[in-house]
Amino acid sequence: MSLSDSLYQEVLLDHYQNPRHHGKMEHSDLHQEGVNPLCGDEVELFLKLNGDIISEISFVGKGCSISQASASMLTDCLYGKTISEAKLLIQEFKGMLLEDKVPNFPEEYEDLESMEAVKKIPARIKCATLAWNTLEKAIGK
Amino acid sequence: MSFDLEKIRRDFPILSTQMNGKPLVFLDSAASSQKPKSVIDTIRKYYEAENANIHRGVYYLSQKATEKYEMARIRTSRFIGAACAKVVIFTRNTTESINLVAQSWGRTNIHEGDEIVLTELEHHSNLVPWQMLAQEKQAVLKFIPLNQDSTLDLSNLDEIITERVKLVALAQMSNVTGTIHDLSAIIRRAREVGAKVLIDGAQGICHLPTNVQKEDFDFYAFSAHKMLGPTGVGILYAKEEILDTMPPWMGGGDMISKVWKDKSTYADLPARLEAGTPNISGVIGFGAALEYLESVGMQEIRNHELELLQYALDRLEDFGGLELYGTNDLNKRGGVISFNFPGVHPHDVGSILDEEGIAIRVGHHCAQPFMDFKGIAGTCRASFYLYNTKEDVDSLLVGLKKVKEIFGRVLKR
Repeated sequence: MSLSDSLYQEVLLDHYQNPRHHGKMEHSDLHQEGVNPLCGDEVELFLKLNGDIISEISFVGKGCSISQASASMLTDCLYGKTISEAKLLIQEFKGMLLEDKVPNFPEEYEDLESMEAVKKIPARIKCATLAWNTLEKAIGK
Repeated sequence: MSFDLEKIRRDFPILSTQMNGKPLVFLDSAASSQKPKSVIDTIRKYYEAENANIHRGVYYLSQKATEKYEMARIRTSRFIGAACAKVVIFTRNTTESINLVAQSWGRTNIHEGDEIVLTELEHHSNLVPWQMLAQEKQAVLKFIPLNQDSTLDLSNLDEIITERVKLVALAQMSNVTGTIHDLSAIIRRAREVGAKVLIDGAQGICHLPTNVQKEDFDFYAFSAHKMLGPTGVGILYAKEEILDTMPPWMGGGDMISKVWKDKSTYADLPARLEAGTPNISGVIGFGAALEYLESVGMQEIRNHELELLQYALDRLEDFGGLELYGTNDLNKRGGVISFNFPGVHPHDVGSILDEEGIAIRVGHHCAQPFMDFKGIAGTCRASFYLYNTKEDVDSLLVGLKKVKEIFGRVLKR
């Protein structure tokens, strides 16, 4: 399987074409915009919290398939999870792409594994991590 | 010398290398051109046998380096048709050349309420320095609008370039669409109102025979690295009577005449505008690049690019379904093709082509106002230079077919 075949798998292209939790949210508790100025990819995250639990999450954005699919996967994985679970997942995801760590995602997060191919294309790592950096900023506030 | 494409290709070592196991197809010369062996060898020779700082040393090496550096200045002035060498100022790049004009000439001559005219197709380097100056001086930026085919809409030129305009600054050729602007009409109007004209020649000088005096440019800015030379060398040409009035914009070594503890007097041109040790090897290497371009001939390069452009446009039209930007009038266009694959982001196209060894540029190309005008996030851009072939175009089409296959899986649904 060639590099672009392993990257542009069905699962990534499906998230790109049919993004989950897509749209702006009124009265969100957390709102954060993220941008990669050099390529112009944009992601905007909205979160509603119930105590420590992410009770609602959504995103809007524009950019390449990797940046937008990654945001879609992020919202899908974190819907209904806690902030501390989110922090762990950010660590796991960024570790996979930036530190070459073997990811150990729980089964319900398996879509994220399709992103591992991105690390073979260094120019695109910033696309894959945009939503995750944006979330990090949002919950760090 | 006749245009010998095979010989030219042999002169560029990188063109025979492989990318991802495939022969390199380099279609991004608008970002930075490849370098011929003669330029690489000249730089190597300088460091191996001629290295010394210039303008100061009384010993042989310094004299030799100075002589070569100043020879490159003379060659540059002849290449662009300037009256003499001292009107050629070396900077780091086109961006620095434009900033030099903004900081030195602009801060002296632009005042509150004055107007600066740009176009909607400018590179950020010929936009942001003027935004900064306009903010500082409370001056006004105005824009010549575009026609749908990316040529300039000059129908209201007299209303846009009024008596309040002090400067008209625009590119000779667009880095996004390859549009070659009709400068003569704009310069004529600028003269009527007494405005100065700055031409961003970053894309123009490498592709088009250019004569700054015949074309009556006040300022002309460009870079060595897009014309076979090394990175880190920019050029600013300006008419001597304008340069004479421009105050220094950076202080330091080389730009002074006499220095006391509390004040200094400044050197004559060109040293007054070149503070500090310059990119000596780069300027000397640039001299070799100009020699190479002259040996091939700028008109021959233009003719070759037009042939490639026509061939590529025809094939991309035949491919079907692509959105192409820019005029079809080849008299108004250089060897740059911007396009989009509907439903596929340019970055995804770029990554898939990269795997096939094909280098194109994707994104907004530092021209975001144009992307806003078109309502797009970016484009895929293939750009040609003297060493490109019709086979390169064919490879691009094969790569695009692969993009279609990969994204077709979801686009069909």
